Amino acid sequence: MRLFIYILIMAGVTYLIRMLPFTLFRKEIKSKFLKSFLYYIPYTVLAAMTIPAIFSSTGDMLSATVGTIVAVILAFFDLPLIVVALAASLAAYITMIM
Amino acid sequence: MPIGLGYFSVSFGFGIMAVSLGLDILPTVLISMTNLTSAGQAAGVKIIADNGSFAEMALTELVINLRYALMSIALSQKLDESFTLKNRLGVSFGITDEIFAVSSSQKGKINALYMYGMILISFIGWVSGTFLGAFAGNILPEKISLSLGITLYGMFIAIILPALKKSAGVAVAVAISCALSLVFEFVPVFNFISGGFAIIISAIAAAALAAFVFPVKEEDES
Repeated sequence: MRLFIYILIMAGVTYLIRMLPFTLFRKEIKSKFLKSFLYYIPYTVLAAMTIPAIFSSTGDMLSATVGTIVAVILAFFDLPLIVVALAASLAAYITMIM
Repeated sequence: MPIGLGYFSVSFGFGIMAVSLGLDILPTVLISMTNLTSAGQAAGVKIIADNGSFAEMALTELVINLRYALMSIALSQKLDESFTLKNRLGVSFGITDEIFAVSSSQKGKINALYMYGMILISFIGWVSGTFLGAFAGNILPEKISLSLGITLYGMFIAIILPALKKSAGVAVAVAISCALSLVFEFVPVFNFISGGFAIIISAIAAAALAAFVFPVKEEDES
């Protein structure tokens, strides 16, 4: 039962955060500053989520660092998300077993 | 298609993680079906495993997922006339980091059917990946499941870097956000700020600063 309430809270809060602005917001934003802010925000959110958390994502810093370097190099050459993600994972794994 | 596959691999990692924290397969899959978000779900199952309070769960989800409110506002600027109230209520369920990244980089207005299609593909990838990850979590060697922990962040890097190469504004915004995030993590004075809040503060400050110094030109924002 408790587990069910946890899931209900997670799903409810997450849906409301997405739904309310998407449904209620009808005006077009004119402000150049706000437009620019909204353009940058997804990148800054993803960046802050990734750094420094990525360095502890595999349980040890060395393998995570190797994985990060591989991800950065492949992403720099515009490889697809899945390729970057799995190559980072593979690099971390190889580092772990060496 | 890359989105579906990307989701599959990330949710696979989530499934492994949830089971390793003691959740059964069924609730793990139910979480993925109802939430459709990587960071929020990962934080959520940690709270469940620690038997945290309901208030802590609500607040954590609010803070970690607050970025979706910003993405929803940004996307609401690009909707075409197919977005009735019903479609707004439906499509808003599926606004994720990746779907935002793909749809906001489209030129011109976006269509409800296009969004439903993309959301359906990611939903299938997300839920099936979670199921197989939870299933495999008991079988896979520990080192493999540990190394899969980096997949989600690898995807984030793959979203950020191509945009960063093309735009000085994005590069500066990302650099500031990373720097602030590191300050929150490693400067002891800021230890009272939780991880979720640190992300929100870093992201908002960095985006505001970049918007002030590098206002986006009309043709870039599409």
